[in-house]
Amino acid sequence: MYNMIGAGLIVIGAGIGLGQIGGKAMEGIARQPEATGKIQTAMIIIAALLEGLAFGALFLGK
Amino acid sequence: MKIAQKTIKFLTITAIALFTTASFAVNSDQKHDTENDGGRVNTKNEVDAYILHHIKDSHDFSLWSYTNDAGERKHVGFPLPIIIWTTEGLVTFMSSEFHHNDDGHVIVEKKGLKFAKIHSKIYELDQEATTVSFDADHHATNAHKVLDFSITKSVFGIILIGLLLLFWFSRLAKQYKTKQVPTGFARVLEPLVLYVRDEIARPNIGDKHYRRFTGYLLTVFFFIWVLNLAGLTPLGFNVTGQLAVTACLAIFTLIIYSASGTKGYWMHMLWMPGVPILIRPILAIIELAGALIIKPFSLLVRLFANISAGHIVVMSLIAIMFTLKESLGVVGATGLSFVLSFFILLIEVLVAFLQAYIFTMLSALFIGMAVDDHAEAH
Repeated sequence: MYNMIGAGLIVIGAGIGLGQIGGKAMEGIARQPEATGKIQTAMIIIAALLEGLAFGALFLGK
Repeated sequence: MKIAQKTIKFLTITAIALFTTASFAVNSDQKHDTENDGGRVNTKNEVDAYILHHIKDSHDFSLWSYTNDAGERKHVGFPLPIIIWTTEGLVTFMSSEFHHNDDGHVIVEKKGLKFAKIHSKIYELDQEATTVSFDADHHATNAHKVLDFSITKSVFGIILIGLLLLFWFSRLAKQYKTKQVPTGFARVLEPLVLYVRDEIARPNIGDKHYRRFTGYLLTVFFFIWVLNLAGLTPLGFNVTGQLAVTACLAIFTLIIYSASGTKGYWMHMLWMPGVPILIRPILAIIELAGALIIKPFSLLVRLFANISAGHIVVMSLIAIMFTLKESLGVVGATGLSFVLSFFILLIEVLVAFLQAYIFTMLSALFIGMAVDDHAEAH
């Protein structure tokens, strides 16, 4: 029961984080379309780091 | 050239998508039969058990099973060798001797020792015991695990994909001796190799050192990617969803970036210049934990969790046709399950590439941090 609530909280947090990363990257691309490649790479790296954190928390809470 | 690349990309993706849809047929057949088997009705538990069995490694390679007219259970697949190190030394036999039993009821005798298979683990029975007895938590009381070096389904998958990659890339390499542009399937591989070198290795490691590490990054990239894709086929591999495999890959990366770390890298980690002396040990602990534990841990958990979660989602969506059969009817449940799992499988094809890309990218980034000259930084 409690680890399910915990899993939900983790997913909420990760969702907010991913939304921020994606949204800001979109803004960046809209402002500077010629930097799309660089922004995408950085976005994927940060999203991957966030994902690692979220999965780590889910894994430890299991 | 660009158009050719795009065509190849499209054709590959279409072929993969078509190939993966074939897995429905095999999987659903199996489910129908399990359901009719011996009048068991608890579909939910059965689906859970089936998915967990798929996620775990197993000692035989079974494609599907069915019950024939005489009521016998038939398994389609082939057995794999079991190689174990016991109290009497090395013991080998084929997994077919267990007759697909997985709850410890079939006892195999070799070299005067008795073995049973319980939940895909081989147990050695104590001297006087003839059957396995369990305590309340379903742990065996009179048997113990042995050192298992078996060629399991995952090991078989690794060997198979390893040989396939060796074949593909040695042919690609040979073609450059005689001609400028590779032909045939090698033409698909060339842009991918160049992509890993120019988009992953070079920008992250730097122009000076990237050549040394490109070989490792290419190996890791294609190994993970092809195994991820193999996991989506009806063969049912879940190699990159095994913690042992991803941990091994992460440890390779850890060893490589630790061994190739420059003096400046270790200096910054252990005795950070430019901060007060009292802070330096605290920073060293944090930096060491980050470099030796957190980095490889995040690499291994990410790959494992993504691939396992993908497999569980696909299997659960396929299982919709049994769990919702009563409320939606056979056609409705099958249609819903087909549509949902088809789209999830397409996403999984993307995830298969993305995870290989991220693992390689982060490995390159960590290596780049270690070999980078810190002289001008900070």
